[in-house]
Amino acid sequence: MKSTINRIAYSTLAISLATVWGFPFIYSLWAAFHEEKYSANFTWNAPLTLENFATVWAAAPFSLYFTNTVILTLIILASNLILCTLVAYAFARYKFPGAGLLFSFIMVQLLITPDILIVENYNTLAKIGLIDTIFGITLPYLTSAFGIFLLRQTFKTVPISLDEAAQVEGANTWRVLWDVYVPLAKPTYLAYALVSISFQWNNFLWPLIVTNSPEVRPITVGLSIFATVESGVEWALVNAATLLSTAPLVILFLIFQRRFVANFMRAGIK
Amino acid sequence: MKKSNKIIAGLTAMLMSTGSAFAADLEFYFPVGVNAPAVQTITDLVDAWVVQNPQHTVKAIYAGNYDETTTKALTAAKAGSPPHVAVLLAADIFTLVEEEVVTPISDLANSDADKEWLDGFYKGFMKDAIFEGKTYAVPFQRSTPVLYYNKEAFKKAGLDINTPPKTWEEMIEMGKKLTIKDDNGNVTQWGTRVPTLGGGAAWIYGGLVISNGGLLSSDNGVDVHLDTPEAIGALEFLVELAEQGVMAKGGISWGDTPKAFIEGNTASMWTSTGNLKFVSDNADFDWGVGFMPGGKGPGAPVGGGNFYIFDGITDEEKAASLDFIKYMTSAENAAKWSIATGYIAPRADTWETPVMKEYAATLPQALVARDQLEYAGREFASFQRGKVTSFLIDAVEASVGGQSTPAEALAKAQKLADAVLNEYK
Amino acid sequence: MKRLKPSLVFIFLVMPCSLLVAFTYYPAIKSLFSSFWNQGTSRRPSKFVGLENYQTLLADDVLAQILWNNALYALVTIPISIGLSIGMALLVNSKIKGTSLMRLSFFLPTMLPMIAVANIWLFFYAPGIGLISQIMQYFGFEPINFLGDASTSLWSMIVVAIWKESGLFMIFYLAALQAVPANLKEAAKIEGASGIQVFFDVVLPLLKPTTIFVAVNALINSFRLIDHVIVMTEGGPNNSSALLLYYIYEVTFAYRDFAYGSALTVFLVALLGLMALFQFKILDKKAHYQ
Repeated sequence: MKSTINRIAYSTLAISLATVWGFPFIYSLWAAFHEEKYSANFTWNAPLTLENFATVWAAAPFSLYFTNTVILTLIILASNLILCTLVAYAFARYKFPGAGLLFSFIMVQLLITPDILIVENYNTLAKIGLIDTIFGITLPYLTSAFGIFLLRQTFKTVPISLDEAAQVEGANTWRVLWDVYVPLAKPTYLAYALVSISFQWNNFLWPLIVTNSPEVRPITVGLSIFATVESGVEWALVNAATLLSTAPLVILFLIFQRRFVANFMRAGIK
Repeated sequence: MKKSNKIIAGLTAMLMSTGSAFAADLEFYFPVGVNAPAVQTITDLVDAWVVQNPQHTVKAIYAGNYDETTTKALTAAKAGSPPHVAVLLAADIFTLVEEEVVTPISDLANSDADKEWLDGFYKGFMKDAIFEGKTYAVPFQRSTPVLYYNKEAFKKAGLDINTPPKTWEEMIEMGKKLTIKDDNGNVTQWGTRVPTLGGGAAWIYGGLVISNGGLLSSDNGVDVHLDTPEAIGALEFLVELAEQGVMAKGGISWGDTPKAFIEGNTASMWTSTGNLKFVSDNADFDWGVGFMPGGKGPGAPVGGGNFYIFDGITDEEKAASLDFIKYMTSAENAAKWSIATGYIAPRADTWETPVMKEYAATLPQALVARDQLEYAGREFASFQRGKVTSFLIDAVEASVGGQSTPAEALAKAQKLADAVLNEYK
Repeated sequence: MKRLKPSLVFIFLVMPCSLLVAFTYYPAIKSLFSSFWNQGTSRRPSKFVGLENYQTLLADDVLAQILWNNALYALVTIPISIGLSIGMALLVNSKIKGTSLMRLSFFLPTMLPMIAVANIWLFFYAPGIGLISQIMQYFGFEPINFLGDASTSLWSMIVVAIWKESGLFMIFYLAALQAVPANLKEAAKIEGASGIQVFFDVVLPLLKPTTIFVAVNALINSFRLIDHVIVMTEGGPNNSSALLLYYIYEVTFAYRDFAYGSALTVFLVALLGLMALFQFKILDKKAHYQ
């Protein structure tokens, strides 16, 4: 009896929280699929339309923006995984003069992401002529103190005996790293990858400052430029643009959600 | 293309265009709001100019809102690769001159025909294009705020649908009749809506001051008059609108205002003519446009963007840029731009074109803004505009938010502004 | 511990760290230098002013308010989004029906960039015409001017940030919950512990590494993520919703005062560096990444 009440309470809580959470998104769907005049006027039988999407599609190259975001996210992710692994491994398994000091220097930056130093970084980028390039957007993010920290912690938990056993068998440094450490750190890599992707997918201020041309703009900058309010904002168009630009990711998640979550859960941060 | 063809094409172009035959690859920065047709119109005009001048190319860069575009243009200029032409805020003239990044257009356009061309722009729009006796800019997407009102709401309130309020007293009086409450005592339709948050609010507030017989800034860019009785009176009017229950309390955002008008949440609104297109596309009621209600008489600020030509480019590029600007502001092209956006065509000759006459016949509201120009003054501008305007914005926001009285808030803003501008005196 | 061969130093350390140096140390030091000059323009070249920018900084009441805003923002956003994400993970991990739909609903905000989120919430918050207003009015409440009132604007930003971030954190907690050994929970239940007791005594301690991971991320975001402020309020009204990085952005790009912007940057970097050191001391001692 008590457990039934519990379950009902539990379900009610779950449903209401999920509804509240989904509400803004449902609203966005409403506005995007109706004419502008219905975007704040909720008439049940308001006619549906795809015109907003057509207008948005014609007005700005959202597929290009999306591709740019994917490219720069992947460049950063790949580079982060490689570079952070190297540094983390050096700190976890090697002795060298000044290691402690150097590591605390890296750790100081744990919270200082390159976007906080946006002005000087812009100047640096201008000096080396990489303004308005996708590579230029990625450059400050290619390595990350947070990634180094996470991987070092993980590598430190790998038993030295495994490392030594591999070396006895004749594996060189790279083999040991690749065969022993990387597989054991898989959960950390997964967690970090998710954070990194989410970070870059959202990144706005830095690309806003360093891009000029539509050819290199990521989705965030494209969206913000689209929704600039010199004149009145057209809610229907902005919502259509928002949905259009994020649809590929949402659809991918819908298709793969079971597998994604299952994989991720199996991995876990331990 | 064969070489001979190229030469012929070049020659033809030279004959056709009034500009030079040197090949220039122009970079053109421009800002526009959300509406897609505006971007399309700009692109079409640019393409048409290139077709006429095949020796040139133009890379049109849509760089975001005004502030972002100015930042981008300035940064690029400082880094040694300025755009050639840009549409930037008229009020940014002092910043651009101080950074020495723009070329006076009056130095380039010095033939008699050129002078006549420059004289063809409305005087009201040229006020903030001139500094130290030189013309630095050419009006392009210029606007002024007007009062939009819902004729059906006026009719329901028993007001004459053809006489919008002209004075502040009338605004409050009519506003009371226009305000409608539901059974719970919550307002479903406000009398009016004046944006009071951010830069747009500072712009409109500047117009209130003008109508009250004052002017917030001066032509030298150094003296600002934020704590005059005229300025304080104008801010007190904004506060009073809310106190009298005619307008919602607290800050009112610029961006939502046209939407609130369309939705019938307010019976009238004060906003830019740049919204004419949006309102005429989306309002499913009869609406009219009137002058901004005034304090001592009519008054409004001009606003919007001008064409600037940058320094640090070759003379040929400057000539090509000038030619490009002439093309963009020519009677028929300015008409296209005005119709697509609602910006006020900046030259009298534009209003004489058949398309513009037809437009004015179908949308007579567009004429009101032009006629209001007679009473318009310059937009608030000074050296260090960004910083000084932020003091003004804070003063308006603090007053409508009730954290401070208009007099106190404006006195504080004046003190801060003087501290910044002192070095320029 | 092995000695690091000089040949590997380059690949392991110099190459990756030089990027860190180039884009965090170098600009930080450069900001420090710029902060001793005043803002120059072509017509008025900049001159050395020593600590003047720092005197301005100490006397800046806008900055004082913004620091308070940012502290409040971080102190509310971080614990609530962590608490909510644990709750979401528990719900999604439970045996009730419709978990995949719930999971989707919680995770959706994560997939929208903050810029997009801010655009949607802008319409949500709009007084009189926005969805929240319409619902409130329908039930007879007076609508709230969320973004236009100095007393609610910062809270409106906080709600958006929590909505946006909790779903991402939930995923990490889901993974961690999955790793909690079932026999441990059962053992506790056999001993007579209630569901709530099991959670606090058995499950929560096991979630600690995840919490640290999530907290670091939340802390980073509470100082660097200002996109919603840019889109929704521009820090207003009267600076009530401005955050520190937004202020730097405004001072630098809208006021074009790079010098004072540099002084503010130095201040922010010092603040974050200190927090990171402090955090690292705790993390290194307490976090057991097993």
